[in-house]
Amino acid sequence: MAGIDLKAFLLKEIASGMASTFRMMFRPKATLNYPYEKGPLSPRFRGEHALRRYPNGEERCIACKLCEATCPAEAITIESEPRDDGSRRTTRYDIDMTKCIYCGLCEEACPVDAIVEGPNYEFATETREELMYSKEKLLENGDRWEAVLARRLELDAPYR
Amino acid sequence: MAHFFYDTTAGHVILIVLEALAVLVPLLLAVAYLTLMERKVMAAMQMRKGPNVNGVFGLLQAFADAIKMITKETIIPSGANRFLFLFAPFLTFSLAMLAWAVVPTGNGLAVANINVGILYLLAISSLGVYGILIAGWASNSKYAFLGGLRSAAQMVSYEVSIGLVIVSVLLPVGSLNLNDIILAQRHVWFCVPMFPMFILFFISALAETNRAPFDLPEGESELVAGFFVEYSSLAFGLFFLGEYANMILMSGMVSILFLGGWLPPLGIAPLTWIPGPLWLIAKIIFCLFVFIWVRATFPRYRYDQLMRLGWKVFLPFSLLWMIGTAGFLLATGLLPQGMS
Amino acid sequence: MLTQIVFYVFSAVLVTSGMMVISARNPVHSVLFLILAFFNAAGLFLIAGAEFLSMLLVIVYVGAVAVLFLFVVMMLDIDFTKMREGLQRYAPFGAAVGGVLFAELVMTFLHWETSAVVVAPVTGGLGEPGGPHTNTAALGNVIYTHYFLPFQGCGLVLLVAMIGAITLTLRDRPTGRRQDISLQHARRRQDTLDMLDLPLGNSVEENGGFRRPADSYYVTAIPGSYGIPAETPEAAKASAAKGDHA
Repeated sequence: MAGIDLKAFLLKEIASGMASTFRMMFRPKATLNYPYEKGPLSPRFRGEHALRRYPNGEERCIACKLCEATCPAEAITIESEPRDDGSRRTTRYDIDMTKCIYCGLCEEACPVDAIVEGPNYEFATETREELMYSKEKLLENGDRWEAVLARRLELDAPYR
Repeated sequence: MAHFFYDTTAGHVILIVLEALAVLVPLLLAVAYLTLMERKVMAAMQMRKGPNVNGVFGLLQAFADAIKMITKETIIPSGANRFLFLFAPFLTFSLAMLAWAVVPTGNGLAVANINVGILYLLAISSLGVYGILIAGWASNSKYAFLGGLRSAAQMVSYEVSIGLVIVSVLLPVGSLNLNDIILAQRHVWFCVPMFPMFILFFISALAETNRAPFDLPEGESELVAGFFVEYSSLAFGLFFLGEYANMILMSGMVSILFLGGWLPPLGIAPLTWIPGPLWLIAKIIFCLFVFIWVRATFPRYRYDQLMRLGWKVFLPFSLLWMIGTAGFLLATGLLPQGMS
Repeated sequence: MLTQIVFYVFSAVLVTSGMMVISARNPVHSVLFLILAFFNAAGLFLIAGAEFLSMLLVIVYVGAVAVLFLFVVMMLDIDFTKMREGLQRYAPFGAAVGGVLFAELVMTFLHWETSAVVVAPVTGGLGEPGGPHTNTAALGNVIYTHYFLPFQGCGLVLLVAMIGAITLTLRDRPTGRRQDISLQHARRRQDTLDMLDLPLGNSVEENGGFRRPADSYYVTAIPGSYGIPAETPEAAKASAAKGDHA
């Protein structure tokens, strides 16, 4: 007991702890230099949303509202009307990205793979308003990321 | 020209103001770069890179942080005592600056080379607790109040052992003048014969500046941020500046009391060519590095452990050491006799 | 000239803050004004050339005593309506005490005689810049040489007061949480940790159920805390170990 108290008094463990941190200073850095280097992403990564189109340019979404129903954060708002050709399409498809919890349930629920979560995670904005995504914004995302989105779905398909 | 400009009263005042600026401007710059140094050293010890985007090696990061801090919104909580709420950070900051008036950067080179320099430093550092206590009370917030109370108890407790350590250093010096304290270390720095006191003083300095592992007043896991939870913008910035300036001051005190201040390690030729202020700065930087090193190494103390350490370990030990030093000096006839 | 101006500034602020101490409604403000008063008193000492006393005033009164005042006052829960109720009852008593004090002061002033014999300073040169002693050395000489016994007596009185305060407030409650640091330091890894190599895919039950460490955290408790009744550490250890394995 006396030996242990003496050891505590002489700060032996304190000194060895400090030696340990000092050695760590000269180890190679374990971090990525983020904005210039980025880590790999899984095909299942759930980032910014996008609405996809068929190859002929027709939007996939059929306004079934399954995503709206399943969304646990109630971030999705959909309004729909029959179009002139009789097909049902959305007139409004809004996602409140400040509510979204990125759970991916909308993606799971979608019967036509219209709403998907893409690989983009760098969509920070300076105002809240910019994070209220409209249908146009989502479709634009879909057009921009379509190649990547299709590839990701294909890679993930065997595990679905 | 028989009369120099600084012989007149106005000239004298201007000279003092210039001297004060010559200390304060480097000090504020040092605080800015201390925050950067802290982030860089901590990052290295945690195998990270630290700030490296703004400027070469992130050298402009400190200014980016300062600009961010200034442009933020000042929020005064409802129910807060407005005057005291804004007075507290100002007090903390100005006390941290005031203390530097007596710190000698070379032989007799201080803004005010007063006879009771070390007492002045002790007085100023013991006033630091008011900024924290007032901030905690004036915020009208439970977390801030608890942080303020903790900090007051902690700082008062550790001041006792700091005082006793200083007394044991003063015994072989025989003067309260900081310059005399440094000159007394011409032959050997006090950290050699008084090594335990050196360690004890350093640990007490950690507690006095509320630094890890004694940063209980701002223990974020239980008190969110302690006494400055409610502060934002420039008021927070002043607290931050004051806290880091206090760290530099405490490092300065360690350097002066134990590491020979502006004296070179050995009085031989190549070392004496380097001017005194540079030696002092080098020693202060070393102490600051240890401050950060300790923070990167140890987890926070429990509050009862902190109080036990202060009152049941440090106080008796420093008291014993003080009596031992006095007895030793008396027995060997080394006690300075020049004063009486 | 400059010294006089500074003196009057310090004195004016000192007197004003002294008045504010007793007239401020909020007791925290009172204490803060008290601190301001201390400060200005220190400033006056400084002007008088007693720099050691002035620093000591700041360190001891402002740095320690007033902090504890503030500490206590901040935790008071003050009900102003109740205070006004009290005013009615205690006003006559307070006025009587004040009156007595005032009368005594008047009597003192009436009989104030300046002694013709000026008492020579014990050491001489107290506070004189060119004198043989610095202020501090002279003070030390007076206290530790000429008034050694009274000084020791003061120390003894304060020590007794401190012990009295501690004895009055120290209550032995078994709900405290105190730890025997030596016991805690003496704990080894094997006392608290069992390293097991478990096969994958088995449930907790199949692996032998939940396990408890060989001895619990309470082993390091000081008897008389953690709800453990004051008994021998061995008994506490035995009972803690038994409770854990049951």
